[in-house]
Amino acid sequence: MNFIAGGDVVGITAFGGYVPRLRLARKAIVAAHVWADPGLKGKARGERSMCNWDEDAVTMAVEAARNCLASSKSAPETVLFASTSAPFADRQNAGVISTALSLGEDLASVDVGSSQRAGVTALIQGIAGVRSGLYRNALVVAADKRRTKAASPGELAYGDGAAAVTIGNDTPLLEFVAAHSATVDFVDHFRAATETFDYTWEERWIRDEGLAKIVPPVIAKVLQKAGVKPSALSHFVMPSTIGRAVAGIAKEAGISADVVRDNLDAVCGETGAAHPLVMLLHAVETAVKPGDTILLVGFGQGCDAVVLRATAALASFKPAGGIVAALANRQEETNYQKYLAFNELVTLEKGMRAERDDYKTALTVTYRKRDMLLGLVGGRCTQCGTLQFPRTDICVNPQCKAMHTQEPHSFRDEPASVLTWSADYLTYTADPPSHYGMITFANGGRFMTDFTDVNIGEVDVGIAVRMMFRVKSFDHLRGFVRYFWKAVPVRAAAAQSAAA
Amino acid sequence: MARGIKDKVAILGMGCSQFGERWEAGAEELMVEAFAEAMADAGIDQSQIDAAWFSTHYEEINVGKGGLPLSIALRLPNIAVTRVENFCASGSEAFRGAVYAVASGACDIALALGVEKLKDTGYGGLPGNLGGTLTPQWGANGSAPGNFAQLASAYRAKHRVNRDDLKRAIAHVSVKSHANGAKNPKAHLRKPITEADALNAPMIAEPLGLFDCCGVSDGAAAAIVTTPEIAKRLGKSNIVSVKALQLALSNGSESGHNSWDGSYFHTTRIAAGKAYKEAGIEKPREQVSMFECHDCFSITELVTMEDLQLSPEGGAIKDVMNGFYDADGQIPCQIDGGLKCFGHPIGASGIRMLYEMYLQLQGRAGERQLSNPSIGMTHNLGGSPMSNVAAVCIIGAYD
Repeated sequence: MNFIAGGDVVGITAFGGYVPRLRLARKAIVAAHVWADPGLKGKARGERSMCNWDEDAVTMAVEAARNCLASSKSAPETVLFASTSAPFADRQNAGVISTALSLGEDLASVDVGSSQRAGVTALIQGIAGVRSGLYRNALVVAADKRRTKAASPGELAYGDGAAAVTIGNDTPLLEFVAAHSATVDFVDHFRAATETFDYTWEERWIRDEGLAKIVPPVIAKVLQKAGVKPSALSHFVMPSTIGRAVAGIAKEAGISADVVRDNLDAVCGETGAAHPLVMLLHAVETAVKPGDTILLVGFGQGCDAVVLRATAALASFKPAGGIVAALANRQEETNYQKYLAFNELVTLEKGMRAERDDYKTALTVTYRKRDMLLGLVGGRCTQCGTLQFPRTDICVNPQCKAMHTQEPHSFRDEPASVLTWSADYLTYTADPPSHYGMITFANGGRFMTDFTDVNIGEVDVGIAVRMMFRVKSFDHLRGFVRYFWKAVPVRAAAAQSAAA
Repeated sequence: MARGIKDKVAILGMGCSQFGERWEAGAEELMVEAFAEAMADAGIDQSQIDAAWFSTHYEEINVGKGGLPLSIALRLPNIAVTRVENFCASGSEAFRGAVYAVASGACDIALALGVEKLKDTGYGGLPGNLGGTLTPQWGANGSAPGNFAQLASAYRAKHRVNRDDLKRAIAHVSVKSHANGAKNPKAHLRKPITEADALNAPMIAEPLGLFDCCGVSDGAAAAIVTTPEIAKRLGKSNIVSVKALQLALSNGSESGHNSWDGSYFHTTRIAAGKAYKEAGIEKPREQVSMFECHDCFSITELVTMEDLQLSPEGGAIKDVMNGFYDADGQIPCQIDGGLKCFGHPIGASGIRMLYEMYLQLQGRAGERQLSNPSIGMTHNLGGSPMSNVAAVCIIGAYD
């Protein structure tokens, strides 16, 4: 595949990231397994990001994309979602994401998967779509929550996370310069369509026969297309869980060791198909200056390489929520058993109350109410101005009750606070107690909803909350996932940094 | 202006089954148990019943839908039987159907019978309610205690009450009901508890502990109603008549409009106001002799005291702690143990409350008999604080 630099200036116009708040201390993982594998002792360092029980690749993608779009000037005409852990094999995941974000239905969309380089592939495809003139703006979002066997290397090395970028030609922050790809059926690991876990081959073979031989030629070609000397690169972004593998590639390619970006292993773990973009965003937020040239590489059954150049617009760009902020919003988890429970890696007694969730979801209703359930869209009465959720034919305002006056109104970003609450130890939840309560929106409207990402003792009347797209419940009998929005306490930035 | 129901309908007979974990009995046996007592009390023949109203809530674990389960269990003489369901206020709804039928003149004698068989679920507590096809896709993952517990958070915020003071007041609510229930042979829970027991019980839903929650019980209750004239003709004296019967239902404003503060029952205030007017009661705190409150949870009872205008707003804690609602207080509440200890077989509860008020008014309440009560009130609530059915019924001596 050949892209030629030139033409209109196209590039990344905005970005956003998301990393789940929970960080599982690796020492907790190692402590659980060291009895069987004493060799793990040396790996009890740092932490990996870990989804709450109600997060998956789609919910993380929604949050990253939402952060991205909050600082983007234009609406995407196509959505590309990259993941190897998308919850649905046949129900377009990008469509769930676009509905949750209220991107409208006059929209192109695609799921990209099946390889760890899917995130970079989606980026290239998004750029291609905009460069070709097919779409004026594209949203590319990558997320992964890979499930791993207990005590596997992946359990320690992987993390959960998401990154999103918009592609367009309106003053990009990072200008596209060139891309090059190779496709090689090199199977360093695989996960069959029907399987839950990866099967992984020997690291030394992956490093020496795969990474070292497949990647450098692609780098050479993309840099040649870009007209950039390896020594002129300011940042080299490439994930690998294999120690020194990327450093070896840089050396082979003539790239200075100083520009090789840290893979965030200590604070996050490798977020699968999202990780090249997660690392890219982290670099852009912490190190990239206007004029810098960046090489981004994704590896998996071949390799995708992209050269980007930071523009002057980057200097004044403030992300609404980037990877740095996401990493700072952190809560250490030292209970490995909770990780096992959240990821269904152990068969827990959930009690009969848990059977309640295994009801058949009326897909007719889910469709009819899709803007409400996925998009948190309620109503605004055009007669009295009252906001209400959900939208109904008759206005909820006792002084109005006008009929057929509701226009759609999104509650996604409306400021809200807690009116009433409880922490319920009786009802089944994967993370007891079940916190829920009535929240009121400052501009009008209220409803009772679940809270998530809360600590016991943290919820009180009057605290500010923010809505987040999460798994509502699972229908394990039929393998269906129901999504809705939950309230999360708004934590002061200072408190977040202190926690970090 | 409607003329209302006052003194148009008399209670001819009532019955109530033993409440509790009735492992040996199904709903059908419970129905017969309550019905047999009511029939003996009324002193009539089955053929004299013109129509029946039947209340149950959970059809899934109970007897199923329709009026047939009652008609068949009691072998009724092919009369009209209507099944009604209005959450935990279903019993009051069945009673309303029978009372209205008699008041209209369409029936001379009507039966209201409520039953719930809850202990066929395999676990403690109430079964979950899905609530249709849309609600489970977005409604909070809650339970009854968690829904009602939220009253405490809003009540505390509104009246600036600290958690310990509220915990102690709701503990007293339960201690009082346990003391009363201990004297009721038909009650599910008959063991007195101490304040410390209530305060130290396992947490169910913050701030409600185990003893802040009512019993989950099997049981049935029945009422046979007629006109006061027919009651007299049948040789009855000491007649108890219906003074008021009001229901108020939420219309979604509490749950969807920012005008409600979460600390009280909007519907109870409306139903109580209408009921007092219908009954001609102007000063409830002075005129009501006793009442049964829908004490599904201790906090529900506490805030309802104010909604029923018995305690001033913000004053329930003081009244509770002063023993105003205790058996020897000014207005005894839950003299039979209430939902808390008599038990809460949902479809039967509204009628069970009336059963106690009826016995008390007739001076037949045994060890727990109050001295000369003249007005008894029942408050039967279904749903959750933000969306509910409130029923208020007042009965008293027929002059």
